[in-house]
Amino acid sequence: MHAEEKMTHETWPASPEKATLEAKNKFLGFWFFLGGETVLFASLFATYLALKDKVPTADHVLAKDLFEMPLVFLMTMILLTSSLTSVYAMYHMKNFNFKKMQLWLGITVLLGLSFLGLEIYEFNHYVHEFHHTFSSSAFGSAFYTLVGFHGAHVAFGLCWIVSLMIRNAKRGLSLYNAPKFYTASLYWHYIDVVWVFIFTVVYLMGMVG
Amino acid sequence: MSTNAQKKGFGAVLWDYLTTVDHKKIAILYLIAGGIFFILGGLEAMIIRIQLAIPDNNFVSAGFYNEVLTMHGTTMIFLAAMPLLFAFMNAVVPLQIGARDVAFPFLNSLGFWLFFFGGVFLNLSWFLGGAPDAGWTSYASLSLASEGHGIDFYSLGLQISGFGTLIAGINFLVTIINMRAPGMTYMRMPLFTWTTFVASALILFAFPALTVGIFFLTFDRLFGSNFFDPTMGGNTVIWEHLFWIFGHPEVYILILPAFGIFSDIISTFSRKRLFGYSSMVFATVLIGFLGFMVWAHHMFTTGLGPIANAIFAVATMAIAVPTGIKIFNWLFTMWGGSIKFTTPMLYAVAFVPSFVMGGVTGVMLAAAPADYQYHDSYFVVAHFHYVIIGGVVLSLLAATHFYWPKMFGTMLNEFLGKITFWLFLIGFHLTFFIQHFLGLMGMPRRIFTFLPNQGLEIGNLVSSIGAFFMAVATIILLINIVITSVKNVKVGNDPWGDGRTLEWAIASPPPYYNFKQLPLVRGLDPYWIEKMEGKKEMTPAEPLGDIHMPNGSFIPFMISLGLFIAAFGAMYRLDYGWGLPVLIIGLVITFGSMFVRSIKDDHGYHIHKEELMDDDDNKGVKA
Amino acid sequence: MKRLGKWGLLPLFAAIALLSGCGEPFLSTLQPAGEVAQRQFDLMVLSTSIMVGVIVVVAIIFIIVMIRFRRKSENEIPKQVEGSHTLEIIWTVIPILLLLVLAVPTVSATFQLADVSPAEEKNDEGKTDALVVNVRANLYWWEFEYPNEEILTSQDLVVPTDEKVYFNLIASDVKHSFWIPAIGGKLDTNTDNVNKFWLEFDGEKADEVGNIFYGKCAELCGPSHALMDFKVKALPRAEFDQWVASMQAVKEPVQAETAEAQAGQEIFNNSCIGCHAVTPANTTPEQARMGPNLTDFGNRTLVAGILEHNEGNIKTWLKDPESIKPGNKMTGKYNLSDEEIDAVTEYLMGLKVQE
Repeated sequence: MHAEEKMTHETWPASPEKATLEAKNKFLGFWFFLGGETVLFASLFATYLALKDKVPTADHVLAKDLFEMPLVFLMTMILLTSSLTSVYAMYHMKNFNFKKMQLWLGITVLLGLSFLGLEIYEFNHYVHEFHHTFSSSAFGSAFYTLVGFHGAHVAFGLCWIVSLMIRNAKRGLSLYNAPKFYTASLYWHYIDVVWVFIFTVVYLMGMVG
Repeated sequence: MSTNAQKKGFGAVLWDYLTTVDHKKIAILYLIAGGIFFILGGLEAMIIRIQLAIPDNNFVSAGFYNEVLTMHGTTMIFLAAMPLLFAFMNAVVPLQIGARDVAFPFLNSLGFWLFFFGGVFLNLSWFLGGAPDAGWTSYASLSLASEGHGIDFYSLGLQISGFGTLIAGINFLVTIINMRAPGMTYMRMPLFTWTTFVASALILFAFPALTVGIFFLTFDRLFGSNFFDPTMGGNTVIWEHLFWIFGHPEVYILILPAFGIFSDIISTFSRKRLFGYSSMVFATVLIGFLGFMVWAHHMFTTGLGPIANAIFAVATMAIAVPTGIKIFNWLFTMWGGSIKFTTPMLYAVAFVPSFVMGGVTGVMLAAAPADYQYHDSYFVVAHFHYVIIGGVVLSLLAATHFYWPKMFGTMLNEFLGKITFWLFLIGFHLTFFIQHFLGLMGMPRRIFTFLPNQGLEIGNLVSSIGAFFMAVATIILLINIVITSVKNVKVGNDPWGDGRTLEWAIASPPPYYNFKQLPLVRGLDPYWIEKMEGKKEMTPAEPLGDIHMPNGSFIPFMISLGLFIAAFGAMYRLDYGWGLPVLIIGLVITFGSMFVRSIKDDHGYHIHKEELMDDDDNKGVKA
Repeated sequence: MKRLGKWGLLPLFAAIALLSGCGEPFLSTLQPAGEVAQRQFDLMVLSTSIMVGVIVVVAIIFIIVMIRFRRKSENEIPKQVEGSHTLEIIWTVIPILLLLVLAVPTVSATFQLADVSPAEEKNDEGKTDALVVNVRANLYWWEFEYPNEEILTSQDLVVPTDEKVYFNLIASDVKHSFWIPAIGGKLDTNTDNVNKFWLEFDGEKADEVGNIFYGKCAELCGPSHALMDFKVKALPRAEFDQWVASMQAVKEPVQAETAEAQAGQEIFNNSCIGCHAVTPANTTPEQARMGPNLTDFGNRTLVAGILEHNEGNIKTWLKDPESIKPGNKMTGKYNLSDEEIDAVTEYLMGLKVQE
């Protein structure tokens, strides 16, 4: 099967994301990339745990005073939902239903944007209410680096999905762009999983003390 | 586009190499760039040995010496040894598994240009206010205290080239998994392919730790964070952990491909299949796995406590077992064989005892309490030079001679090659053997001078003399390359006559599309099997058909250039007003290029069957 | 052709090694002068012997292979051997056994050398029965504080022989590493935390080297890393106690005796005392102790850790410290004329707690 072929609903294969050699390579390579990303985030988590609540003087705020459950819970729910909507999008991609795929991807993007907006609000809140900044303590550096790296991943994922949607808006699905959509969605799931760990390690464990 | 036989102007050739995605051309780029950095690192080594030839020497100042020692280590590891290995991986691995190209030709090119710009950035520090001076390990308290921008050149340069390495690692993993020719099962892959595979996996899981560590260092120095500042709650030992979680696997990233090269050379010139092939593969994987479990043996004196030290000591000793298996397998490959002492084989033969020396001192270093004495002394310097020169550099020199005909279609002069070999081997042992004793006699590492009357004079002088032998050997190698290139006597598919693996079944150099028809692999050492049955070439596994090829692209160059520019902006942001705009411009170039790559369809092109049939038969492209 | 080059060269290497001996007894790890260095030396000998065994086996096989299996005719095709399970099991199991032999003493020594419990047990006065020294490493000098004795000194570490001395190590600027090769292995002085270990100084060996061992910084710390040496005076317990007593006796800065020295003391009090104390009490906070304590300066063995201790060298050092230790923290902190330097030198040479 060639990537350029014009596909119909009948000729569309069961796994369009792995139908050509290029697609297979992309699929496997992207999984490896996520493996590397795991080590990256593992290092960030380990550093965060080592530097959690490490502040120069007693008047600096600690994790247990900082985090607020409702906001973080809302962010978690939004991101988890966006993962679900990207699954729907891939479901429609596999069924060669381009319009519905675009629709669900659009919803995913909106959810991702609101997550990002809340995160910016959250950071802003910490900086202005608690004077908890990137430079105020080792704890601050570690916190903003870990959560911020995740936030940057979300932002990059949004740019990626949006540009894919716009680029392919007029021409529909093909075996050339199906793996692109698929890897973008894989990436989206991955940053979602990372957030689950951030939610647990940073926020839940942080509130316990 | 389809024939590269015509003469091209210099501009066209340059543009061709700037945009190429062909693994064979990228191999040549890696070889040239890595070779230049190798010579730079060698010059730095000579400065070190001249300064230490006599006590109280004033050849260079203390501060400059620290810059030289830092750049020597950093250059040799990141900009010479690894790229040179990548050169041979690129040149050989796709051929060894009978692939058209690597899995991601575009990323292959991107990986090279990232490495190249990172390396250039790092070396520009010499002209822009001073090189990094905190050692290649750049331990956090010293690297934060270091003045000027030297350390920033280190962190940003390595960050850029590190991305390139990571990309190359992923590329080889996917290539080896997905692109093998019909019949090339995992347990039929040549050892060089296997070791490339395992080393790539190590790159994938080790480099992100360095990426994170370097981010912290950059943030601390340039963006106001406090990861390593104890007065703000930071902790410098985090850097040590992150650095060595990367740093120890890095040693295996270098040495495993070297093992692979020697396995292939030894088997080739003994005319025997590799003794205990499956245990060799097993040992490779085991070394790769254990490589992640032992990083703290670089930190025995950091004060991690007796429990951590004991565990890491025993784990480190365990690595000796698979390494020992390999040594004996090489010896028994030669046992009963028919050994021909070509230049590559001389290196391989010399490698075995040299590497055993480095290996046994490794076990000695693993004994933690004794390591309290060895650590950061010249004993350690001797140890890792025995491993890296006795293993990696000898393999690179061997591979240069072994694969030169495959890469360039002409043989390096054997006589000059043997002179290089003997000078280099003698010089190497002369330089480093004595350093074991210098360390035991109380000479710490990384000192810019030593005082008289402490019993260190003779050893240092001997060591410096040895270094000159290695320098002369390198010069002779360069002369050899020039002479060979000028003469340019063309050779056939299998110039050594003893080739066993697929790369020797194809023309030297191979046509740009590699095998015209993918070869059918019928066992380990497939070309040898065919030769033993009296055939001259591989049996094709497919009928002649159109070949799909990727288009060249200038985008990798632009992405890397963007990061190169952005790095200057990040570094000078605090000093000059133009820093921030330049940082942004650089990032816009990079992400803009990535965006262009993403939205511009690139389906590649096809070479048609008819064209392939027209191609000269004397090129031997029939698979 | 000399195909056995490496092995042919071995005797040469051995000769070189012999020629250079085992290093100087005040510096070499190969001439251990204390319990810790001895244990480490024993471990070195054990591991080296095992490894020499391995090398011999490899060498024998290697030599046989090099001689017997050279290609005799271009047409010979050797038998293609897949491998041998027996052999492979042998060279897997034997190394494992050898490593076990090495691993057991390694682990046991690791724990013993890290046992600092006597330095943790405080008696009724809040002091320890064992001698404890707090080492603080600085760009490029060492401070030694004796918390039980409530005194501190710099550059020359004074210790009693034939008993365990416990060390608490820290660095005040960048990471250094505390190493007295003849006495025992090194331990890093981190900036973040205190590292602890113990050493023991052998009385007889100390006698042989005139009671002075050399110490070194073993972690790259800046331009003068190579010059960050210190000396160890290992004295019999009685002499050590005397030294402690005479140090403790200095409550106020000692008044200089000669006229020139008195002039020097005045200059010192104006220009130098901000960083350098001349009383040994450990009551000033660490941040205020910016330069080496000079209470017992007249008895030092070396100037700046590297130069012979005489007036000429002190003057050279005071005139331009940068030329001696690049990157040191003293350069440019004061401005003295040659005459003033002469006077200060006179004063400093008189700073002795004992004759």
